[in-house]
Amino acid sequence: MWQATENELESIAIGAGILGTGGGGNPYIGQLRARQAIRRWGPVDVLAPDELPDDARVVCVGGIGAPTVGIEKVRDLQSYHALRAIEDFTGEQATALISNEIGGSNSVEPLIAAAMAGLPVVDADGMGRAFPEFQMKTFFVYGVPCCPMAVADEKGNSVVIRETIDPRWAERLARSVTIQMGCVACYAVAPMSTEQVRRTAVPLTLSLARDLGDAVKSARQHGDDPLEAILSVCPGKVLFGGKVVDVERRTTAGFARGVLTIDGLDAYSGERMVIEFQNENLVARREGVVACVVPDLICAVATDLGEPVTTELMRYGLRVTILGFPAPELWTSPEGLAVAGPQAFGYDLDYAPLAV
Amino acid sequence: MLVGIDVGGTNTDAVLMDGPQLVHAVKLPTTPDVTTGIVDALRELLAESPATARVDAVMVGTTHFTNALLERRELAPTAVLRLCLPATQLLPPLVDWPDDLRDAMGGYMYLVGGGHEFDGREISPMDRSEIREAVADMRRQGVRAVAVSGVFSPVNGEHESAAAEVIREQDPDLRVCVSHENGRTGLLERENAATLNAALGELAQRTIRGIERAIEALGVNAPLYLSQNDGTLMDAEFAASFPVLTIASGPTNSMRGAAWLSGIRDGIVVDVGGTSTDVGALVNGFPREAAVAVELAGVRTNFRMPDTVSIPLGGGTVVEPDPLRIGPESVGYRLTTDGRVFGGHTLTTTDVAVASGLVQIGDASLVADLDASPVNRVMDEIQRRIETAIDRVKLSRDDVPVALVGGGSILLGSRLAGASEVLRPENSGVANAIGAAIAQVGGQVERVYSLEGIGRQEAIADCSAAAVARAVSAGADPTTIEVVEIDEVPLTYVPSNATRVRVKAVGDLAGLGPAR
Repeated sequence: MWQATENELESIAIGAGILGTGGGGNPYIGQLRARQAIRRWGPVDVLAPDELPDDARVVCVGGIGAPTVGIEKVRDLQSYHALRAIEDFTGEQATALISNEIGGSNSVEPLIAAAMAGLPVVDADGMGRAFPEFQMKTFFVYGVPCCPMAVADEKGNSVVIRETIDPRWAERLARSVTIQMGCVACYAVAPMSTEQVRRTAVPLTLSLARDLGDAVKSARQHGDDPLEAILSVCPGKVLFGGKVVDVERRTTAGFARGVLTIDGLDAYSGERMVIEFQNENLVARREGVVACVVPDLICAVATDLGEPVTTELMRYGLRVTILGFPAPELWTSPEGLAVAGPQAFGYDLDYAPLAV
Repeated sequence: MLVGIDVGGTNTDAVLMDGPQLVHAVKLPTTPDVTTGIVDALRELLAESPATARVDAVMVGTTHFTNALLERRELAPTAVLRLCLPATQLLPPLVDWPDDLRDAMGGYMYLVGGGHEFDGREISPMDRSEIREAVADMRRQGVRAVAVSGVFSPVNGEHESAAAEVIREQDPDLRVCVSHENGRTGLLERENAATLNAALGELAQRTIRGIERAIEALGVNAPLYLSQNDGTLMDAEFAASFPVLTIASGPTNSMRGAAWLSGIRDGIVVDVGGTSTDVGALVNGFPREAAVAVELAGVRTNFRMPDTVSIPLGGGTVVEPDPLRIGPESVGYRLTTDGRVFGGHTLTTTDVAVASGLVQIGDASLVADLDASPVNRVMDEIQRRIETAIDRVKLSRDDVPVALVGGGSILLGSRLAGASEVLRPENSGVANAIGAAIAQVGGQVERVYSLEGIGRQEAIADCSAAAVARAVSAGADPTTIEVVEIDEVPLTYVPSNATRVRVKAVGDLAGLGPAR
């Protein structure tokens, strides 16, 4: 067990930004919100899945909406209200919270609700990265029911989706509600058992985020290469380095979709990388050839400082290095790929694991 | 001909440029009121210039407003009124500000109903009586400036404008800044920028009017421009309303001037002033722009500006030898009266440099009492702080050329860690003034396009053409105009695909622009 105090938050934000693969919302805002919550209600205990009591009831909470909205209408305590709504509906008290998504600001959403509710958080999540859609969680891939789930806004409205025929329907209904709520809602899923958490969650990802952030900070302090520091904590490879020359965005059906074009510099001079994103970076092509594809992680960081750069902050002239990391094993099984492989995002591509 | 003037914390420099030729340069101490220094510099410049010289424009770059923020002085008691409830309460205004800066401005904040959703719906109706109550409280607290921020005001600024009207009705003496006029999407950063702008408003109005009147009194009949943080110019009237845009113009001017003087296209510029040192990277002759959010005096904003590291260390920085403490206080423009080698009583970095034998200015006998060992410790520490700053802005571990500019660069030796060579370009003392003189004029246009009827490239082309036209009408030479910034913000989700496009174009002042 360790404690998430104010000190850990900056590292978690950097690491979660890297694992956010371009999406997952603004890590700065998530960090500030968690800091406010921890200042107000105190630090949060973090338990590894092994350390959970066998009879734990673990509620997954997360934000739902659009990152481009979240930097403007900043989230409040929606995750806490969603937690109370699902407890009311199920009649069960949560004994711990878990992140739905370690990437981006969702990594801290359970910390905020847990600080306020006085509960611990599990050192694990449902993605090991970031994904754009609700159903794309290892929990649901491996049989945890996604309903009942509650969705809450900042105004005092909450909606419980009692039952759906599959997680995609839960996503669709929750998304419609979220758009009406003004696109910065939070949700909470009915409690999981300890056995379910141990079997279906990607383990130890909150500490991975913290360690990645620590590595970047320490590299900056000592004048070491932050990219090397990142790769020493989390095995992966450099896919490309260059300058952003175009960002095409369109926000449709609740997702920030777009195409990012990078012209190579230094070792990549004369070459071009094109990355397609839907909130998260999904396919990276170098000179037209696929270099990395979802569910493997495609992460953009500022070349000089190792600071993660989300798709909404991408703009002309930024110097970025693109890193690739292999997906957690829970995603590379046939069941995992059916939900979060390239074809699930509409690409006529087969998943080829990133060689590291 | 063009006059470029740089008002630093310590010196006011002025140059007269005839196209690409530097005709004359002068350097005088900055005066507490800023204006007197400008007038003195301009008078001296004109006195020593050819009688045929005709001044077509006066360009002023000033760190006056930056320093006011850094030193937390002359800031108006400022309130933030956020139109948002019931949303965005967890992170109130001023949430991530340094405590002393927040205290210097009073830290007044009011959250009220209003603001918009992403799709233009109201979060809640704006309540005029609620705003009037807030204004009444502001008056009781002695607030003199208000920043009004509304959720999604870049998409719909109506609530902010209406709230500003209510405030002005209630108290015409309050200076009001609305956030949608100086920023884009990103509530906290835009609100921060508006708040800094509001706090600086009184000082800006006073300062800029003073400069205008002074120039006129000298018989110079030429328009006044102020340098903005992106290296372009704004006219005096605009600058008086948006002083926050002058912040970091010093580093931009310094770096563009240093690039021009040294011929370095890629490398590091170290500008050591009297109060602070700015270190930045040159990429292809232009300052490298910051990658993500930029902090001003510890406050996060969404401006684009050169990615410089600023440290409170300059030629006027106050030194306490035992226990060793260097800064952050500076005697600034009072160096030539308060510094020990000038007969004053305050020990500064310049005095220590004289004691070390590195520099010969003032009267070295006045610092003969200093022991060698603390002197060396101070000189080592100065060098170490500058080298650390250089290392922070470098793009790689490789050694790169370093250009030293600014009056305080006398504090540094000819070798620096991380530098492949250390250049001290001629006239480097007036690099900022040259940077101001070679600054360009820009045009910025923001429009909303529905991408149902028009392609994205078409929308950008249309907006770019409008920005170029605006730059031309602001005085840019059409043959030199480039589009330097394109920014898109998608507005809605379903069903219409509307996007807000912002384009910025810049070019040299027509007929006057020197070769860069």
